[in-house]
Amino acid sequence: MTTFFSDNVEGREEISPPEQAYTLGPLQAGPPCCTPEPVLSVNSLSLHYADKTALKNISLDIYRGCITALIGPSGCGKTSFLSALNRLSDLIPGCRVEGSVRFDGVDVRAADLDAQHLRRNIGMIFQKPTPFPLSIRRNIELPLREHGMNRQADLNERLQQVLQDVGLWEEVKDRLESPAQALSGGQQQRLCIARALALQPKVLLMDEPCSALDPLSSAVVEDLIKRLKGRYTIVIVTHNLAQARRIANYAGLFWMQEQGGRLIEFGRCQQIFDAPVHHLTAAYVNGQRG
Amino acid sequence: MNYKNVLATSLIWLAALLVFGVFVWLLADILTHGLPRLSWSFLTEAPRDAGRAGGIAPIIVSTGLIVLVAMAGAAPLGLATAVLLSEFTPTHSIFGRLIERSLEVLAGVPSIVFGLFGNAFFCIYLGLGFSILSGGLTLACMVLPIFIKTAVEGLRTAPDDYRLSAAALGMSRSAALLHLLLPAAAPALIAGLMLGIARAAAETAALIFTSGYVDRMPDTLFDSGRALSVHIYDLAMNVAGGDNNAYASALVLMILLLIINTLAASLGHHWLHRRSITA
Repeated sequence: MTTFFSDNVEGREEISPPEQAYTLGPLQAGPPCCTPEPVLSVNSLSLHYADKTALKNISLDIYRGCITALIGPSGCGKTSFLSALNRLSDLIPGCRVEGSVRFDGVDVRAADLDAQHLRRNIGMIFQKPTPFPLSIRRNIELPLREHGMNRQADLNERLQQVLQDVGLWEEVKDRLESPAQALSGGQQQRLCIARALALQPKVLLMDEPCSALDPLSSAVVEDLIKRLKGRYTIVIVTHNLAQARRIANYAGLFWMQEQGGRLIEFGRCQQIFDAPVHHLTAAYVNGQRG
Repeated sequence: MNYKNVLATSLIWLAALLVFGVFVWLLADILTHGLPRLSWSFLTEAPRDAGRAGGIAPIIVSTGLIVLVAMAGAAPLGLATAVLLSEFTPTHSIFGRLIERSLEVLAGVPSIVFGLFGNAFFCIYLGLGFSILSGGLTLACMVLPIFIKTAVEGLRTAPDDYRLSAAALGMSRSAALLHLLLPAAAPALIAGLMLGIARAAAETAALIFTSGYVDRMPDTLFDSGRALSVHIYDLAMNVAGGDNNAYASALVLMILLLIINTLAASLGHHWLHRRSITA
């Protein structure tokens, strides 16, 4: 790095180097994604906030090992839909959910279901990277300890494994004790993905995971998501249609209709983009509406 | 320049100078009268002749004990209430509003009323008598509203991201609170406690009826003990010829408050700094 920047003139602001090359750790390819076996079944789901309806009568299946992309204009309930799947909607005051969501056949909205256990199995990544104000190591270890993993050897092993999975290990292995919030945006988002993967979830919900990142970091994260395909079931909300097209197996279009977000069309990604049935889908994927 | 502008500017300057002037006058008055009396023996000796002679050692000890009792009472109770209000009570629920409104009322209650309440409740009803314990607990009641208010603000300004991502990772609310929210709110908690200490250490009216006048060195918390502010009040109002020692005591009280403030501020700063670097 010193040689690279040796022509640095004193007084000139040093340009930070671009994010380091993506180093992907060992990751076995998952099963091919062609057996449509639902892991999450959503049936006539509606979601209301205190004074408005965010979702109306949504039914769809999320297939195991596949990437399902949810597209549509802002404010049509895609994020609300995700929060209903892992019951994060419980935390929003005044939020009411109707209908059923079954996760591996179990009703996630049952009163006796342990929401903490559910969220361990259905991880979530937010639009803005949300590392805790702790060290890189503590970011991964804190939730693991909370779920009862206490032996330092186990923790170290899991830490290295997930950081390798997201291609962050080589970049941070020498500064695991430094604050996570000092990482770049893309690195923070990959750390958050690693943190979620550390709990070994079955499903990952991603709410526009790339939209707060610069194009380079965004490509790195997208690449990572593609690599997770097969091993995890992924539901991703994205406004980037090209991205949805590149990575998703299934796609669903949400649209605001009659004061409520509705699922307009759902199907194989290729079909949604190349042969949409609904005129709104055709208009949206061709960039004429939305 | 517009004459209105000039007028407004000069008025603002006048007001600022007036405030500054009052402060300087007060400080100069205390310094000129108090500084000559201040000595090592003044800090380490017991008062003689009703405080006209001798020092203020037992009074400093009593003041410290009263403040400690007040903090020990207010900190856990206040923290628990703040956590309840900010984390477990919906913002606009009737219960939350009721508690917040009562805290506002409590914050505005004159200290003499707290004194009478403390006398009736702690001294008489609970049978603690005129004691450091009664005085400290009465001050705890006074400090609570300030402390809770700042603590709630601090917890509410902790980023919602922490709550959501912790929940999304299947962490319990108490774990998020312990590991993420309380550390994030720590500066506000320290500031609230600091304000509380400052108010407690400077309190007179509430203490006259609760911790009493006795200027001997206290042996236990059940002994009566005279706080610095009470000592100043007594010397200034009830003891002829006690003025100079009152000035010296006032100087000691001001220096003590200054030390506590600086200490708490640097403690908070140091703590924050350490966290952001290594934690």
